[in-house]
Amino acid sequence: MIRLENVRKDYSTRNGPVSVLKSIDLTVNPSERVGILGRNGAGKSTVIRLISGAEQPTSGSITRTMSVSWPLAFGGAFQSGLTGLDNLRFICRIYGTDPADKEDFVQEFSELGTYLREPVKNYSAGMRGRLAFAISMVVEFDCFLIDEIVAVGDAKFHEKCQEELFVKRAERAMIIVSHDAHYIRDHCDRAVVLSAGSMHHFDNINDSYDFYTEHRL
Amino acid sequence: MDTQNLPVERGSLMKSWQVQRRVIFALLMRETLTRFGRHNIGFLWLFVEPMIFTLGVTTLWTLTQALHGSNLPIAVFAVTGYSSVLLWRNMPSRLIGSIEPNLSLMYHRNVKVIDIFLARLLLEFAGATTSFAALSIFFVTIGWFEPPEDILKVVAGWLMLTWFGFSLAILLGALQELYEFVEKLWHPASYLLFPLSGAAFLVEALPDSAQKVLLILPMVHGVEFVRDGYFGSQFNAVYDLPYMAAVCAIMSLLGLSILRKISRAVSPQ
Repeated sequence: MIRLENVRKDYSTRNGPVSVLKSIDLTVNPSERVGILGRNGAGKSTVIRLISGAEQPTSGSITRTMSVSWPLAFGGAFQSGLTGLDNLRFICRIYGTDPADKEDFVQEFSELGTYLREPVKNYSAGMRGRLAFAISMVVEFDCFLIDEIVAVGDAKFHEKCQEELFVKRAERAMIIVSHDAHYIRDHCDRAVVLSAGSMHHFDNINDSYDFYTEHRL
Repeated sequence: MDTQNLPVERGSLMKSWQVQRRVIFALLMRETLTRFGRHNIGFLWLFVEPMIFTLGVTTLWTLTQALHGSNLPIAVFAVTGYSSVLLWRNMPSRLIGSIEPNLSLMYHRNVKVIDIFLARLLLEFAGATTSFAALSIFFVTIGWFEPPEDILKVVAGWLMLTWFGFSLAILLGALQELYEFVEKLWHPASYLLFPLSGAAFLVEALPDSAQKVLLILPMVHGVEFVRDGYFGSQFNAVYDLPYMAAVCAIMSLLGLSILRKISRAVSPQ
Protein backbone atom coordinates (compact mmCIF):
# COMPACT_ATOMS: atom_id res chain seq x y z
CA MET A 1 0.00 0.00 0.00
CA ILE A 2 1.04 3.57 -0.61
CA ARG A 3 -0.45 6.32 1.51
CA LEU A 4 -0.02 10.06 1.18
CA GLU A 5 -1.35 12.09 4.08
CA ASN A 6 -1.57 15.84 4.13
CA VAL A 7 1.26 16.14 1.67
CA ARG A 8 2.38 19.62 0.82
CA LYS A 9 5.13 20.60 -1.59
CA ASP A 10 6.59 24.08 -1.95
CA TYR A 11 9.29 25.14 -4.34
CA SER A 12 11.29 28.25 -3.75
CA THR A 13 11.29 30.79 -6.57
CA ARG A 14 12.57 34.32 -6.94
CA ASN A 15 9.18 35.54 -5.80
CA GLY A 16 9.16 33.46 -2.66
CA PRO A 17 7.86 29.93 -2.10
CA VAL A 18 5.21 28.57 -4.46
CA SER A 19 2.87 25.83 -3.30
CA VAL A 20 2.60 23.23 -6.04
CA LEU A 21 0.64 20.81 -3.87
CA LYS A 22 -1.39 22.22 -1.00
CA SER A 23 -2.69 19.26 0.95
CA ILE A 24 -2.90 15.97 -0.88
CA ASP A 25 -4.26 12.65 0.40
CA LEU A 26 -4.07 9.51 -1.67
CA THR A 27 -4.13 5.78 -0.95
CA VAL A 28 -3.16 3.16 -3.49
CA ASN A 29 -3.73 -0.52 -2.69
CA PRO A 30 -1.90 -3.51 -4.15
CA SER A 31 -3.01 -4.35 -7.72
CA GLU A 32 -4.90 -1.10 -8.01
CA ARG A 33 -4.49 1.11 -11.07
CA VAL A 34 -4.89 4.76 -10.29
CA GLY A 35 -4.76 7.56 -12.83
CA ILE A 36 -3.72 11.10 -12.05
CA LEU A 37 -5.21 13.61 -14.46
CA GLY A 38 -4.16 17.20 -14.72
CA ARG A 39 -3.06 19.84 -17.16
CA ASN A 40 0.54 20.78 -17.80
CA GLY A 41 1.95 22.29 -14.63
CA ALA A 42 -0.79 20.96 -12.38
CA GLY A 43 1.80 19.09 -10.30
CA LYS A 44 1.34 15.58 -11.72
CA SER A 45 5.03 14.84 -12.05
CA THR A 46 5.66 16.31 -8.60
CA VAL A 47 3.18 13.84 -7.11
CA ILE A 48 4.89 10.97 -8.92
CA ARG A 49 8.33 12.07 -7.75
CA LEU A 50 7.11 12.36 -4.17
CA ILE A 51 5.55 8.89 -4.31
CA SER A 52 8.75 7.45 -5.76
CA GLY A 53 10.78 8.99 -2.94
CA ALA A 54 13.03 10.90 -5.34
CA GLU A 55 11.81 14.09 -3.66
CA GLN A 56 10.75 14.86 -0.12
CA PRO A 57 7.50 16.60 0.76
CA THR A 58 7.65 19.99 2.48
CA SER A 59 5.26 18.58 5.07
CA GLY A 60 2.96 15.60 5.51
CA SER A 61 3.80 11.92 5.34
CA ILE A 62 4.25 9.30 2.65
CA THR A 63 4.12 5.62 3.61
CA ARG A 64 5.21 2.84 1.28
CA THR A 65 4.68 -0.78 2.25
CA MET A 66 5.25 -2.14 -1.24
CA SER A 67 8.21 -1.70 -3.54
CA VAL A 68 7.78 1.24 -5.87
CA SER A 69 9.52 1.85 -9.20
CA TRP A 70 11.24 5.03 -10.22
CA PRO A 71 9.03 7.30 -12.35
CA LEU A 72 9.05 5.50 -15.68
CA ALA A 73 9.12 8.00 -18.49
CA PHE A 74 10.66 8.26 -21.90
CA GLY A 75 13.26 10.82 -21.05
CA GLY A 76 15.07 11.04 -17.76
CA ALA A 77 16.95 8.65 -15.54
CA PHE A 78 19.57 8.00 -18.22
CA GLN A 79 23.16 9.01 -18.79
CA SER A 80 23.53 10.15 -22.37
CA GLY A 81 27.30 9.72 -22.37
CA LEU A 82 27.03 6.02 -21.58
CA THR A 83 25.99 3.25 -23.93
CA GLY A 84 22.56 1.65 -23.66
CA LEU A 85 24.19 -1.45 -22.20
CA ASP A 86 26.08 0.55 -19.55
CA ASN A 87 22.85 2.28 -18.61
CA LEU A 88 21.23 -1.12 -18.17
CA ARG A 89 24.12 -2.29 -15.98
CA PHE A 90 23.93 0.88 -13.89
CA ILE A 91 20.21 0.43 -13.20
CA CYS A 92 20.72 -3.24 -12.36
CA ARG A 93 23.52 -2.43 -9.92
CA ILE A 94 21.43 0.20 -8.18
CA TYR A 95 18.51 -2.13 -7.69
CA GLY A 96 20.60 -5.23 -6.96
CA THR A 97 19.54 -7.22 -10.02
CA ASP A 98 21.97 -9.32 -12.06
CA PRO A 99 22.36 -7.62 -15.46
CA ALA A 100 23.69 -10.74 -17.19
CA ASP A 101 20.31 -12.40 -17.65
CA LYS A 102 18.61 -9.13 -18.61
CA GLU A 103 20.81 -8.19 -21.55
CA ASP A 104 19.06 -10.54 -23.98
CA PHE A 105 15.66 -9.20 -23.01
CA VAL A 106 16.68 -5.58 -23.51
CA GLN A 107 18.47 -6.41 -26.75
CA GLU A 108 15.40 -8.10 -28.13
CA PHE A 109 12.71 -5.83 -26.76
CA SER A 110 14.36 -2.53 -27.63
CA GLU A 111 15.16 -3.67 -31.19
CA LEU A 112 18.32 -1.59 -30.97
CA GLY A 113 20.73 -4.17 -32.38
CA THR A 114 24.34 -2.99 -32.31
CA TYR A 115 23.25 0.47 -31.18
CA LEU A 116 22.99 -0.93 -27.66
CA ARG A 117 26.78 -0.53 -27.55
CA GLU A 118 26.68 3.09 -28.73
CA PRO A 119 26.36 6.13 -26.43
CA VAL A 120 22.73 7.04 -25.81
CA LYS A 121 23.39 10.57 -27.08
CA ASN A 122 23.64 9.16 -30.61
CA TYR A 123 20.14 7.67 -30.41
CA SER A 124 17.06 9.11 -32.06
CA ALA A 125 14.14 10.04 -29.81
CA GLY A 126 12.34 6.83 -30.76
CA MET A 127 15.38 4.70 -29.95
CA ARG A 128 15.73 6.35 -26.55
CA GLY A 129 12.10 5.64 -25.86
CA ARG A 130 12.51 1.99 -26.75
CA LEU A 131 15.61 1.65 -24.58
CA ALA A 132 13.94 3.42 -21.67
CA PHE A 133 10.92 1.16 -21.79
CA ALA A 134 12.99 -2.02 -22.10
CA ILE A 135 15.20 -1.07 -19.14
CA SER A 136 12.13 -0.09 -17.10
CA MET A 137 10.86 -3.65 -17.42
CA VAL A 138 14.09 -5.19 -16.13
CA VAL A 139 13.53 -4.59 -12.42
CA GLU A 140 10.33 -5.94 -10.88
CA PHE A 141 8.27 -3.81 -8.51
CA ASP A 142 4.92 -4.16 -6.72
CA CYS A 143 3.90 -0.77 -7.99
CA PHE A 144 4.92 0.97 -11.20
CA LEU A 145 4.88 4.74 -11.53
CA ILE A 146 4.24 5.81 -15.09
CA ASP A 147 4.71 9.36 -16.24
CA GLU A 148 3.15 10.30 -19.61
CA ILE A 149 4.00 7.05 -21.31
CA VAL A 150 1.43 7.42 -24.07
CA ALA A 151 3.32 8.55 -27.12
CA VAL A 152 6.10 6.15 -27.88
CA GLY A 153 7.36 4.55 -31.07
CA ASP A 154 5.27 3.13 -33.87
CA ALA A 155 2.04 1.18 -33.53
CA LYS A 156 3.80 -2.16 -33.37
CA PHE A 157 6.13 -1.12 -30.55
CA HIS A 158 3.23 0.53 -28.76
CA GLU A 159 1.42 -2.82 -28.79
CA LYS A 160 4.46 -4.59 -27.35
CA CYS A 161 4.61 -2.08 -24.49
CA GLN A 162 0.93 -2.52 -23.75
CA GLU A 163 1.39 -6.28 -23.60
CA GLU A 164 4.47 -6.07 -21.38
CA LEU A 165 2.97 -3.59 -18.96
CA PHE A 166 -0.76 -4.23 -18.77
CA VAL A 167 -1.01 -7.93 -19.66
CA LYS A 168 2.13 -9.48 -18.21
CA ARG A 169 2.00 -7.22 -15.16
CA ALA A 170 -1.75 -7.17 -14.75
CA GLU A 171 -1.55 -7.98 -11.03
CA ARG A 172 0.77 -5.06 -10.18
CA ALA A 173 -0.34 -1.73 -8.83
CA MET A 174 0.18 1.22 -11.15
CA ILE A 175 -0.03 4.95 -10.83
CA ILE A 176 -0.36 6.56 -14.22
CA VAL A 177 -0.01 10.25 -14.80
CA SER A 178 -1.36 11.87 -17.94
CA HIS A 179 -3.22 14.80 -19.40
CA ASP A 180 -4.92 12.36 -21.76
CA ALA A 181 -8.26 11.47 -20.19
CA HIS A 182 -9.00 8.70 -22.69
CA TYR A 183 -5.81 6.89 -21.91
CA ILE A 184 -6.47 7.06 -18.18
CA ARG A 185 -10.05 5.86 -18.63
CA ASP A 186 -8.89 2.89 -20.70
CA HIS A 187 -6.19 1.73 -18.30
CA CYS A 188 -7.17 2.69 -14.76
CA ASP A 189 -9.66 1.51 -12.15
CA ARG A 190 -10.09 4.99 -10.79
CA ALA A 191 -8.63 8.42 -11.28
CA VAL A 192 -8.02 11.60 -9.36
CA VAL A 193 -7.83 15.05 -10.87
CA LEU A 194 -5.17 17.58 -9.91
CA SER A 195 -5.86 21.24 -10.28
CA ALA A 196 -4.57 24.35 -8.56
CA GLY A 197 -2.64 22.32 -6.01
CA SER A 198 -5.63 20.28 -4.85
CA MET A 199 -6.57 16.69 -5.58
CA HIS A 200 -10.17 15.83 -6.46
CA HIS A 201 -11.32 12.30 -5.66
CA PHE A 202 -14.15 10.42 -7.40
CA ASP A 203 -15.92 7.15 -6.74
CA ASN A 204 -15.76 5.94 -10.29
CA ILE A 205 -13.60 6.57 -13.26
CA ASN A 206 -16.29 8.04 -15.46
CA ASP A 207 -16.96 10.79 -12.93
CA SER A 208 -13.29 11.75 -13.01
CA TYR A 209 -13.35 11.69 -16.77
CA ASP A 210 -16.44 13.87 -16.94
CA PHE A 211 -15.11 16.30 -14.36
CA TYR A 212 -11.81 16.63 -16.16
CA THR A 213 -13.25 17.03 -19.64
CA GLU A 214 -16.14 19.31 -18.64
CA HIS A 215 -13.98 21.68 -16.67
CA ARG A 216 -11.43 21.56 -19.47
CA LEU A 217 -8.87 21.18 -16.76
CA MET B 1 9.44 -10.62 -6.06
CA ASP B 2 13.06 -9.74 -5.63
CA THR B 3 13.52 -9.17 -1.90
CA GLN B 4 16.39 -6.78 -2.58
CA ASN B 5 13.94 -4.29 -4.02
CA LEU B 6 11.94 -3.93 -0.83
CA PRO B 7 11.73 -0.35 0.33
CA VAL B 8 14.67 0.73 2.41
CA GLU B 9 12.42 2.37 4.95
CA ARG B 10 11.41 -1.03 6.21
CA GLY B 11 14.95 -2.35 6.48
CA SER B 12 17.42 -2.23 9.29
CA LEU B 13 20.54 -0.12 9.42
CA MET B 14 22.41 -3.08 7.93
CA LYS B 15 20.02 -3.16 5.00
CA SER B 16 20.48 0.56 4.39
CA TRP B 17 24.22 0.11 4.47
CA GLN B 18 23.91 -2.66 1.85
CA VAL B 19 21.82 -0.45 -0.39
CA GLN B 20 24.20 2.45 0.00
CA ARG B 21 27.21 0.29 -0.77
CA ARG B 22 25.47 -1.00 -3.89
CA VAL B 23 24.59 2.51 -5.03
CA ILE B 24 28.07 3.88 -4.41
CA PHE B 25 29.60 0.96 -6.31
CA ALA B 26 27.23 1.57 -9.23
CA LEU B 27 28.13 5.27 -9.23
CA LEU B 28 31.85 4.46 -9.03
CA MET B 29 31.63 2.25 -12.11
CA ARG B 30 29.58 4.84 -13.96
CA GLU B 31 31.93 7.66 -12.98
CA THR B 32 34.95 5.68 -14.13
CA LEU B 33 33.30 5.06 -17.50
CA THR B 34 32.14 8.64 -18.08
CA ARG B 35 35.46 10.12 -17.01
CA PHE B 36 37.91 7.77 -18.64
CA GLY B 37 35.89 5.78 -21.15
CA ARG B 38 37.13 2.58 -22.71
CA HIS B 39 39.61 4.18 -25.09
CA ASN B 40 43.40 3.81 -24.91
CA ILE B 41 44.46 3.18 -21.30
CA GLY B 42 40.97 3.83 -19.91
CA PHE B 43 40.70 3.93 -16.15
CA LEU B 44 44.49 3.80 -15.72
CA TRP B 45 44.33 7.57 -16.26
CA LEU B 46 42.92 7.68 -12.75
CA PHE B 47 46.44 7.45 -11.35
CA VAL B 48 48.57 8.04 -14.43
CA GLU B 49 47.46 11.67 -14.54
CA PRO B 50 48.46 12.49 -10.93
CA MET B 51 51.70 10.57 -11.50
CA ILE B 52 52.56 12.74 -14.49
CA PHE B 53 51.81 15.83 -12.40
CA THR B 54 53.97 14.69 -9.53
CA LEU B 55 56.82 13.58 -11.79
CA GLY B 56 56.71 16.94 -13.58
CA VAL B 57 56.92 18.87 -10.34
CA THR B 58 59.66 16.57 -9.04
CA THR B 59 61.66 17.19 -12.21
CA LEU B 60 61.15 20.96 -12.04
CA TRP B 61 62.13 21.16 -8.40
CA THR B 62 65.16 18.94 -8.97
CA LEU B 63 66.35 21.10 -11.86
CA THR B 64 65.83 24.39 -10.05
CA GLN B 65 67.06 22.97 -6.73
CA ALA B 66 64.04 24.65 -5.15
CA LEU B 67 64.61 26.18 -1.74
CA HIS B 68 63.23 23.90 0.88
CA GLY B 69 65.56 24.75 3.69
CA SER B 70 67.54 21.52 4.06
CA ASN B 71 69.82 19.21 2.19
CA LEU B 72 67.32 16.39 1.76
CA PRO B 73 67.09 14.61 -1.54
CA ILE B 74 64.66 16.81 -3.45
CA ALA B 75 62.78 13.86 -4.97
CA VAL B 76 61.38 12.55 -1.69
CA PHE B 77 60.47 16.07 -0.67
CA ALA B 78 58.63 16.71 -3.94
CA VAL B 79 56.82 13.37 -4.07
CA THR B 80 55.51 13.59 -0.50
CA GLY B 81 54.58 17.26 -0.91
CA TYR B 82 52.94 17.25 -4.30
CA SER B 83 51.11 13.95 -3.77
CA SER B 84 49.57 15.47 -0.64
CA VAL B 85 48.44 18.54 -2.54
CA LEU B 86 46.81 16.42 -5.25
CA LEU B 87 45.02 14.41 -2.58
CA TRP B 88 43.21 17.25 -0.83
CA ARG B 89 43.04 19.81 -3.64
CA ASN B 90 41.35 17.69 -6.31
CA MET B 91 38.54 16.54 -4.03
CA PRO B 92 36.74 19.90 -3.71
CA SER B 93 37.28 20.53 -7.43
CA ARG B 94 35.50 17.25 -8.23
CA LEU B 95 32.56 17.90 -5.90
CA ILE B 96 31.81 21.55 -6.63
CA GLY B 97 29.07 21.52 -9.26
CA SER B 98 28.77 17.72 -9.27
CA ILE B 99 25.05 17.68 -8.46
CA GLU B 100 23.75 19.29 -11.64
CA PRO B 101 25.12 16.74 -14.16
CA ASN B 102 23.83 13.91 -11.97
CA LEU B 103 20.30 15.21 -11.42
CA SER B 104 18.77 12.63 -13.73
CA LEU B 105 20.10 9.84 -11.51
CA MET B 106 18.15 11.20 -8.56
CA TYR B 107 15.01 9.75 -10.09
CA HIS B 108 16.18 6.61 -8.36
CA ARG B 109 15.14 6.91 -4.74
CA ASN B 110 18.29 5.34 -3.35
CA VAL B 111 20.64 7.66 -5.18
CA LYS B 112 21.31 10.60 -2.89
CA VAL B 113 23.64 13.55 -3.18
CA ILE B 114 25.89 12.02 -0.50
CA ASP B 115 26.32 8.91 -2.66
CA ILE B 116 27.39 10.96 -5.64
CA PHE B 117 29.81 12.86 -3.41
CA LEU B 118 31.22 9.71 -1.82
CA ALA B 119 31.67 7.93 -5.15
CA ARG B 120 33.68 10.84 -6.53
CA LEU B 121 35.70 11.21 -3.32
CA LEU B 122 36.58 7.52 -3.27
CA LEU B 123 37.71 7.72 -6.88
CA GLU B 124 39.94 10.71 -6.13
CA PHE B 125 41.33 8.97 -3.07
CA ALA B 126 42.08 5.82 -5.08
CA GLY B 127 43.81 7.83 -7.82
CA ALA B 128 45.98 9.96 -5.55
CA THR B 129 46.86 7.03 -3.29
CA THR B 130 47.82 4.71 -6.14
CA SER B 131 49.91 7.46 -7.68
CA PHE B 132 51.72 8.15 -4.38
CA ALA B 133 52.33 4.46 -3.71
CA ALA B 134 53.48 3.71 -7.26
CA LEU B 135 55.90 6.65 -7.32
CA SER B 136 57.28 5.72 -3.89
CA ILE B 137 57.93 2.17 -5.02
CA PHE B 138 59.47 3.40 -8.27
CA PHE B 139 61.86 5.87 -6.63
CA VAL B 140 62.84 3.48 -3.86
CA THR B 141 63.54 0.79 -6.44
CA ILE B 142 65.80 3.02 -8.53
CA GLY B 143 67.43 4.23 -5.33
CA TRP B 144 66.52 7.94 -5.47
CA PHE B 145 65.17 7.76 -1.97
CA GLU B 146 64.98 5.44 1.01
CA PRO B 147 61.85 3.50 2.00
CA PRO B 148 59.70 5.22 4.66
CA GLU B 149 61.15 5.04 8.17
CA ASP B 150 57.72 4.52 9.72
CA ILE B 151 55.17 3.39 7.20
CA LEU B 152 52.27 3.45 9.69
CA LYS B 153 52.93 7.11 10.32
CA VAL B 154 52.89 7.78 6.59
CA VAL B 155 49.55 5.97 6.31
CA ALA B 156 48.11 7.86 9.30
CA GLY B 157 49.21 11.23 7.88
CA TRP B 158 47.82 10.29 4.49
CA LEU B 159 44.47 9.36 6.05
CA MET B 160 44.38 12.64 7.96
CA LEU B 161 44.94 14.53 4.71
CA THR B 162 42.18 12.41 3.16
CA TRP B 163 39.81 13.40 5.96
CA PHE B 164 40.75 17.02 5.40
CA GLY B 165 40.06 16.63 1.66
CA PHE B 166 36.74 14.86 2.27
CA SER B 167 35.45 17.42 4.75
CA LEU B 168 36.58 20.43 2.72
CA ALA B 169 35.10 18.93 -0.45
CA ILE B 170 31.73 18.08 1.11
CA LEU B 171 31.53 21.52 2.70
CA LEU B 172 32.33 23.37 -0.54
CA GLY B 173 30.30 20.99 -2.72
CA ALA B 174 27.24 21.59 -0.55
CA LEU B 175 27.83 25.34 -0.24
CA GLN B 176 28.04 25.62 -4.02
CA GLU B 177 24.36 24.69 -4.20
CA LEU B 178 23.50 27.64 -1.97
CA TYR B 179 26.01 30.15 -3.32
CA GLU B 180 27.11 29.86 -6.92
CA PHE B 181 30.20 31.96 -6.34
CA VAL B 182 31.87 29.18 -4.31
CA GLU B 183 33.18 27.75 -7.56
CA LYS B 184 34.60 31.12 -8.60
CA LEU B 185 36.36 31.55 -5.27
CA TRP B 186 37.69 28.00 -5.08
CA HIS B 187 39.81 28.36 -8.22
CA PRO B 188 41.97 31.22 -6.92
CA ALA B 189 41.89 29.81 -3.39
CA SER B 190 43.18 26.39 -4.41
CA TYR B 191 45.89 28.04 -6.49
CA LEU B 192 46.97 30.33 -3.67
CA LEU B 193 46.80 27.64 -1.01
CA PHE B 194 49.28 25.41 -2.83
CA PRO B 195 52.45 27.34 -1.89
CA LEU B 196 51.13 27.77 1.67
CA SER B 197 50.07 24.15 2.16
CA GLY B 198 53.38 22.79 3.35
CA ALA B 199 54.10 20.99 0.10
CA ALA B 200 56.94 23.30 -0.89
CA PHE B 201 58.59 23.96 2.47
CA LEU B 202 59.49 22.36 5.77
CA VAL B 203 57.93 24.23 8.67
CA GLU B 204 61.13 24.22 10.75
CA ALA B 205 62.95 26.12 7.99
CA LEU B 206 60.62 29.11 8.33
CA PRO B 207 60.90 32.00 10.77
CA ASP B 208 58.79 31.67 13.92
CA SER B 209 56.32 34.34 12.91
CA ALA B 210 55.61 32.64 9.57
CA GLN B 211 55.28 29.25 11.27
CA LYS B 212 52.59 30.58 13.56
CA VAL B 213 50.49 31.83 10.68
CA LEU B 214 50.99 28.83 8.40
CA LEU B 215 50.19 26.30 11.13
CA ILE B 216 46.65 27.66 11.10
CA LEU B 217 46.22 25.73 7.85
CA PRO B 218 45.27 22.14 8.78
CA MET B 219 46.91 20.46 5.77
CA VAL B 220 50.35 21.74 6.82
CA HIS B 221 50.16 19.44 9.86
CA GLY B 222 49.20 16.50 7.65
CA VAL B 223 52.07 16.96 5.21
CA GLU B 224 54.55 17.35 8.08
CA PHE B 225 53.26 14.12 9.61
CA VAL B 226 53.57 12.20 6.35
CA ARG B 227 57.14 13.48 5.96
CA ASP B 228 57.91 12.65 9.59
CA GLY B 229 56.96 9.06 8.78
CA TYR B 230 58.96 9.09 5.58
CA PHE B 231 62.23 10.73 6.59
CA GLY B 232 61.62 12.01 10.12
CA SER B 233 65.19 11.41 11.28
CA GLN B 234 66.46 14.04 8.84
CA PHE B 235 64.43 17.02 10.04
CA ASN B 236 62.27 18.21 12.92
CA ALA B 237 58.65 17.81 11.95
CA VAL B 238 56.20 20.35 13.37
CA TYR B 239 52.59 19.25 13.69
CA ASP B 240 49.59 19.17 15.99
CA LEU B 241 47.31 16.35 14.89
CA PRO B 242 44.57 16.99 17.50
CA TYR B 243 44.30 20.52 16.11
CA MET B 244 44.03 19.18 12.56
CA ALA B 245 41.46 16.61 13.67
CA ALA B 246 39.40 19.29 15.40
CA VAL B 247 39.32 21.48 12.29
CA CYS B 248 38.39 18.48 10.12
CA ALA B 249 35.66 17.43 12.56
CA ILE B 250 34.12 20.91 12.55
CA MET B 251 34.26 21.11 8.76
CA SER B 252 32.73 17.62 8.48
CA LEU B 253 29.84 18.48 10.76
CA LEU B 254 29.23 21.77 9.01
CA GLY B 255 29.50 20.19 5.57
CA LEU B 256 27.20 17.29 6.37
CA SER B 257 24.56 19.53 7.92
CA ILE B 258 24.51 21.84 4.90
CA LEU B 259 24.45 18.77 2.67
CA ARG B 260 21.43 17.47 4.56
CA LYS B 261 19.69 20.76 4.06
CA ILE B 262 20.36 21.02 0.33
CA SER B 263 19.62 17.32 -0.27
CA ARG B 264 16.03 17.88 0.76
CA ALA B 265 15.65 20.57 -1.85
CA VAL B 266 17.26 18.71 -4.76
CA SER B 267 14.74 17.99 -7.47
CA PRO B 268 15.54 15.37 -10.14
CA GLN B 269 15.53 16.40 -13.78
